[in-house]
Amino acid sequence: MSKPKVAFYWCASCGGCEEAVVDLAENILKVVEAVDIVFWPVALDFKRKDIEAMPDKSIAVTFINGAIRLSEQEEMVKLLRKKSQLIVAFGSCAHLGGVPGLANFWDRESIFNRAYKTTPSTHNPEGIVPQEKVTVDGKELTLPKFYNTVFRLDQIIDVDYYLPGCAPPPDLVMNAINAILEGKLPPKGTVLSPNKSLCDDCKRNETKPEKLTIKEIKRPHEIMLDPEKCFLAQGVICMGPATRTGCGERCIEANMPCRGCFGPTDQVIDQGAKFLSVLASIIDVNDEKEIEKVMDTIVDPAGTFYRFSLPSSLMRRKRMPSVADNEK
Amino acid sequence: MSNEKFEPKIVGFLCNWCSYTGADLAGTSRMTYQPNLRIIRVMCSGRVDPQFIFKAFKEGADGVLIAGCHPGDCHYKEGNYKALRRYKLIKKLQSEFGIEDERIRLEWISASEGAKFQEVCNEFTETIRKLGPFNSKKGGKNE
Ligand code: SF4
Ligand code: SF4
Ligand code: FES
Repeated sequence: MSKPKVAFYWCASCGGCEEAVVDLAENILKVVEAVDIVFWPVALDFKRKDIEAMPDKSIAVTFINGAIRLSEQEEMVKLLRKKSQLIVAFGSCAHLGGVPGLANFWDRESIFNRAYKTTPSTHNPEGIVPQEKVTVDGKELTLPKFYNTVFRLDQIIDVDYYLPGCAPPPDLVMNAINAILEGKLPPKGTVLSPNKSLCDDCKRNETKPEKLTIKEIKRPHEIMLDPEKCFLAQGVICMGPATRTGCGERCIEANMPCRGCFGPTDQVIDQGAKFLSVLASIIDVNDEKEIEKVMDTIVDPAGTFYRFSLPSSLMRRKRMPSVADNEK
Repeated sequence: MSNEKFEPKIVGFLCNWCSYTGADLAGTSRMTYQPNLRIIRVMCSGRVDPQFIFKAFKEGADGVLIAGCHPGDCHYKEGNYKALRRYKLIKKLQSEFGIEDERIRLEWISASEGAKFQEVCNEFTETIRKLGPFNSKKGGKNE
């Protein structure tokens, strides 16, 4: 029997998810033994035309990381969808939009303006910004279209499973690969990590007082962080209550609060709104003016509560006059 | 669409013990008020999950009203303070999302304040009418 064909692809991402595959260490050898990798731009020299030449549904599973922000990414994931039996959204950006999704607080023009014109390190006196078409010496050159809005993968194509995390930890990746190889898959649409909150697994949960209340909010660099006490009990924003477990409490173990990269549990639609609700509930201040003072110490609440999930939020992006209906 | 023809859709989350009863009183006292408010009765203003508010906009609301008992009067003691704290934080969040400040409003309306309910309802409807449609598609749907 021929080995199942597997593909990896990357979209708007940082490369960390590729690293996560390499981080499987010796396990990657077992994977390579069991499967036939037909496409993996970061490591192997296969081209788009090689995929186009394959029969539909001939790839057993394709792991796609990164959010969708360019027309080329949209074309590639649509092509891979056609050629694959299963698509796994790999990592926070494909799953939720991730950090690239924070660009949804801006639009194409403001991003180009900043990136190509106004950053202090930019020297661009002619104000050149990327164009979809330019003619150089009589030849036309093209670039993919840069969308106003960043999308998570399942806003563009149908997705079968989600591997959460920035980046997904090796044990979850191996579990997923084994489940696929053995054909022991959960229902379609499952996020492949336990459906409970990070606090449920966090060692610091025991240090949470019965009724958790705080009077002020501190940023991690403003205090000496207690290495054992629950961050929220120290007045430090920790997204644990609104975040799915499964990462092994990586940040907490490094004495840093959770920023929510695993996304919410199945019961929650909007991770940021859920966290807002939790946080507002534990602030033990009732006077209107005093409440405002506390809230003013929360720097960039939207960028904090939606650090990894802005394109998955109910609002999806900032409302801007430049971004009209259905405009990419 | 011209704003004269625009009929705002407003979702109102009213707490069972005070504001909903206040609205009921306005009705039984035959006070007339703008018909734009779609009332959803919740047990307490503290039950209004911020997700409800964003969901309302996503589903086509142009404004959202949260109304509860006056401070100190909540049937569950603290629920309205919780609502107030969420509201203050939502105010910061909504500006980052480009949602005009006036579109989300919190009011304390007691069971005996039928007239206040009438006033809030009319005034809020006019405010939203002037602002125009929310159109969550502008950034909300598939762009
Ligand atoms: S809030 Fe953070 S530190 Fe506290 S129990 Fe939850 S995950 Fe752990
Ligand atoms: S602690 Fe939170 S932010 Fe850190 S890896 Fe886990 S889920 Fe992600
Ligand atoms: S019961 Fe009215 S606000 Fe809590």
